[in-house]
Amino acid sequence: MPDETEALRAAVLADLEATPDLRAWDALRVAVLGKSGTLTARLKALGTATPEARRAHGAALNALKTDLVAAFETRRAALESAALAARLAADRVDVTLPAPAAPPGLIHPISRTIEEIIAIFGAMGFGVGDGFDIESDWFNFGALNIPPHHPARADQDTFYLADSGTPPRLLRTQTSDVQVHTMLTTPPPFRVIAPGRTYRADHDATHSPMFHQCEGIAIGESITLANLKGCLIDFLRAFFEEPALKVRFRASYFPFTEPSMEVDIGWDRHSGEIGRGVDWLEILGSGMVHPRVLANCGLDPRQWQGFAFGMGIERLTMLKHGMTDLRPFYESDLRWLRHYGFSALAPALLHEGL
Amino acid sequence: MKFTLGWLQRHLETAASADDISEVLSRIGLEVEALTSRAAPLAAFRVAHVIAAAPHPNADRLRVCQVDTGEGVIEVVCGAPNARAGIKAVFAPPGSVIPATGATLRVGEIRGVRSNGMLLSLREMNLGEDHDGIVELPADAPTGMAYAEFSGLDDPLFEIAVTPNRGDCLGVRGIARDLAAAGLGRLLPWQPPAVAATGDSPVTWRLDWPEACPHVLGRAVRGVRNGPGPAWLARLLTAVGLRPISALVDITNFFTLDLGRPLHVFDISRLRGPVLTLRRGAGNETLAALDGRTYALDTEDCVIADAGGAVSLAGIIGGAATGCVAETTDVFLECAAFDPVRIGLSGRRHHISSDARQRFERGIDLGLMPAALDAATAMVIALCGGTASAATAAGTRPDRARTARLTHARLARLAGEPVPAEASLALLRGLGFEPVAQDAASASFRVPSWRNDIAAGTVLDPAPGLDPARLAEARAGAEVMEPEADLAEEVLRLRGLDRIAPVSLPVGDAVPRATLSPAQIRTQRARRVLAERGLLECVTFSFTDARTAALFGAAAPITLANPIAADLDTMRPTALATLALAASRNLARGQVAPALFEIGPAFQGVTVAGQRREAAGLRCGTSPRHWRDPARVVDAFDAKADLFALLAALGLPMESLSVTPDAPSWYHPGQSGTVRQGPKLVLGHFGSLHPALTAALDLPATVGFVLHLHAVPEPKRRRRAAPELPNLQPVRRDFAFVCAADTAAETLLRAVRGAERGLIGQVTLFDRFELPDGKISLGVEVVLQPRDHTLTDAEIESVAAKIVAAAGKATGAGLR
Repeated sequence: MPDETEALRAAVLADLEATPDLRAWDALRVAVLGKSGTLTARLKALGTATPEARRAHGAALNALKTDLVAAFETRRAALESAALAARLAADRVDVTLPAPAAPPGLIHPISRTIEEIIAIFGAMGFGVGDGFDIESDWFNFGALNIPPHHPARADQDTFYLADSGTPPRLLRTQTSDVQVHTMLTTPPPFRVIAPGRTYRADHDATHSPMFHQCEGIAIGESITLANLKGCLIDFLRAFFEEPALKVRFRASYFPFTEPSMEVDIGWDRHSGEIGRGVDWLEILGSGMVHPRVLANCGLDPRQWQGFAFGMGIERLTMLKHGMTDLRPFYESDLRWLRHYGFSALAPALLHEGL
Repeated sequence: MKFTLGWLQRHLETAASADDISEVLSRIGLEVEALTSRAAPLAAFRVAHVIAAAPHPNADRLRVCQVDTGEGVIEVVCGAPNARAGIKAVFAPPGSVIPATGATLRVGEIRGVRSNGMLLSLREMNLGEDHDGIVELPADAPTGMAYAEFSGLDDPLFEIAVTPNRGDCLGVRGIARDLAAAGLGRLLPWQPPAVAATGDSPVTWRLDWPEACPHVLGRAVRGVRNGPGPAWLARLLTAVGLRPISALVDITNFFTLDLGRPLHVFDISRLRGPVLTLRRGAGNETLAALDGRTYALDTEDCVIADAGGAVSLAGIIGGAATGCVAETTDVFLECAAFDPVRIGLSGRRHHISSDARQRFERGIDLGLMPAALDAATAMVIALCGGTASAATAAGTRPDRARTARLTHARLARLAGEPVPAEASLALLRGLGFEPVAQDAASASFRVPSWRNDIAAGTVLDPAPGLDPARLAEARAGAEVMEPEADLAEEVLRLRGLDRIAPVSLPVGDAVPRATLSPAQIRTQRARRVLAERGLLECVTFSFTDARTAALFGAAAPITLANPIAADLDTMRPTALATLALAASRNLARGQVAPALFEIGPAFQGVTVAGQRREAAGLRCGTSPRHWRDPARVVDAFDAKADLFALLAALGLPMESLSVTPDAPSWYHPGQSGTVRQGPKLVLGHFGSLHPALTAALDLPATVGFVLHLHAVPEPKRRRRAAPELPNLQPVRRDFAFVCAADTAAETLLRAVRGAERGLIGQVTLFDRFELPDGKISLGVEVVLQPRDHTLTDAEIESVAAKIVAAAGKATGAGLR
């Protein structure tokens, strides 16, 4: 009997080793350990055997069963593992194939610059005002101390709208109309910037008939020329990310401010680097709001004073990013937009740095 | 305004260098546009003496000259007809660069004769157009001297931008005065020499239009000889770009630039009659002017006329027929004051920008007229001889006497820091402001006659409809503050704006508040959403061509009266119009599938209400080919997806939006829709662009959308209720509805959604196809979300029945 048990063990183990897959494995398991399996039959036979025979073979057969159950589990794990490996091998893809592309959309550099300007002036307490591209003569000129015969009007090649009354309506030549709207609707003190589209009848390599300006105005009872300087220096240093940027103020003339001044920043005119070199670059115009402009809008210049400034957004953009040509800003060439565009997911946030 | 250092030094005693002067000019508001030395490119050239000139052995037109350069005699081959023995010329040695060509001169052989340099013409030195021959210098020109030194071309040339308020700085003396006041030297005294007058003027003034010309002076000088002016005068004028013409003309040009005082000289023999009248132009009158052009004068022009008609467009340009010529012997000098506004308007109307107009338009020194006339008379006599008559005049000098007050505390309040009273007073005195009263708090000054910009009188153009009491208060304030600001500006600019210490704006809130309004935030958000959806942001022009505007529905186009180009003459009715052009340009360049958007204005009218802000986008053509995803032509639902993503991001209540197939005419009528919130509020539209439009613009299949940002209502700020998160499993049921082909899916879905609001959660259209009988099958998945108990089969069947009934009622649909 012990020989028979060992023979059964050897035979089953050999068959188990030969099972090619889980199905054969299961058939063998049923044939050996199932209800009418060979081993089960022997164990059943023990019930009818003599107590001596049961004692003699019982332990061996039970040991065999334990061993075979373990062997079957081991074999099953091996077969499952092999099957998985085979499936994985079959499922393999060429991971170097290109994934479907979702070309990113991007934000235009002009919008980006406006966003940066808003972020910086916002931190200095400015709100943002909106004006209108088509304005009346008064908002663009009259309110700003530019009477019809003023030479400044000849300098600004104004677009007029056909059949739009007398005097005709016009495309605003500057975003200064927004300071007028603000003064008429907002009781001082206030601080407002106004980025927007402006228009002048001029078209060449450095002029576009449409371009963007950002006007700013701060009115209060004690907004001074020293504040004008501080505010604009703070802005320019933040915008160009040059904490030690040199800024110079030169006297000038605008009809709507007095005193008026041009603002220059230090740069290297050969390399175009802002904040380097020994040259000066005119960057914006500014001044203390003219008493007539305040009075035109109903503010008493004895009580209220403040400063205003204006700057070209394309120019700031070109200087910051080293662009040399103005015209592509409006041409919508996909190649240019993809090259200079900004991600929508990285907006201008002061806490992330501009 | 151009002037040389030498000219400036006629009025300013200074040891400052040209660079120092330049820096101060820019600082005080006289911006230097260029400071050039014309000597540098001429440095190598010398005055030379042509000792002999013999014919070239091998060429008829060439001469072989023996030239004394000051360092020895050498041989030079020259082709100029005036190259002859005895003249003084300008010699360029080998190795020097010829300014006009940029070529470096080498020793060479010309037709077998060695030439060791070159004799130069003005054109070769970039000093003029004259190329008739080489330069002939006066016989006393020192041989060997640098030509730049001899010609005065080593005098540094300033070119400054004079702002419209500073007419006084359109004269060298005014510039010198500003520099002296800024501490750069001493203004030299200027006094016209006394003129000995003999007899009355044979020509007199008659003033018929005193508003245009309040005051005019004149004087005759008889027996003059009008040859070329002296070399010093020619040099001054040439240096600033004026061509010397004759002594008399050069004298008037000199005073225009030197004192900012335009003058005119008439040839008395060419005037008809003894009276010059200042009057309005007559309707049919013309003037053949000194610039060679003929101007049709009108009644708004002030003219000077003799018995035969207009001889001058007053203050702007003189007539050719009465100007001075070589034979002129008797002249009449004009020295007038003209109304700046009329001069400006006339000049603009006739497109004449003369030196005289520039100065009269900005306002001349009314106090200088008699002195200027005397100075000019004296110079005429000195340079041309002759005898002066007594001066003649008409009108009276306008009373422009003004005083202006500077209050020290107001100056400090404006500047942000105090300026010592003595410093302010000294600076203003330097400019010619004489104090007439002063105390510790303020000082009043007499405004000098040349400063027409100071205390000019407060002219307001107040806002229409301003409350009269408020306006009166504001006007009173402006009348006080304007002269103060005028003087403050003078003090601060001369003192140096850089001396004021910058002070950062005081910050009201330690943490800044939101900078943008809700509407502005929506605009920013729209930009980010559209970019994130793969659209590239564009900035296109607000104007376009009339044809494109018409394609995009501009029924009443808004056109420019003075467009810069014919294809930029109409305001765009929608940003989609200019985006479509941009897409077309990109496709023409070989780019594929442009996907663009723009946020900007659209113009439906010229008033405030007609100007709208919109977000527009478009997608063109076929998506790029990919090995996994087949290429697909864009369709209306791509545009709808963009628009709806945008609407959702802007916080619109999506369940209350509806779509109807009534989009504007530029869309495909069967593949476009208008989106509304509620029954009336139109938020935007989307769809395929009309095939006729895409054909006209050379576009492939193109879809687009517009969102009217101005129409988007402010989202309601409601506190969010806690969400319902039932633990019970949702039940999903599919329904296949058969309905008529024209059934709007939205109607069906809405009906299904409303069939049992307490239970029906999500409703999804997952399938749509056409049946052979022309009807359509719509597959709808409904998610039932039980709230308090697991649904029984009976309950589910009951809901399903309600769904089918609601669908049937709304659309006539039945189950398939």
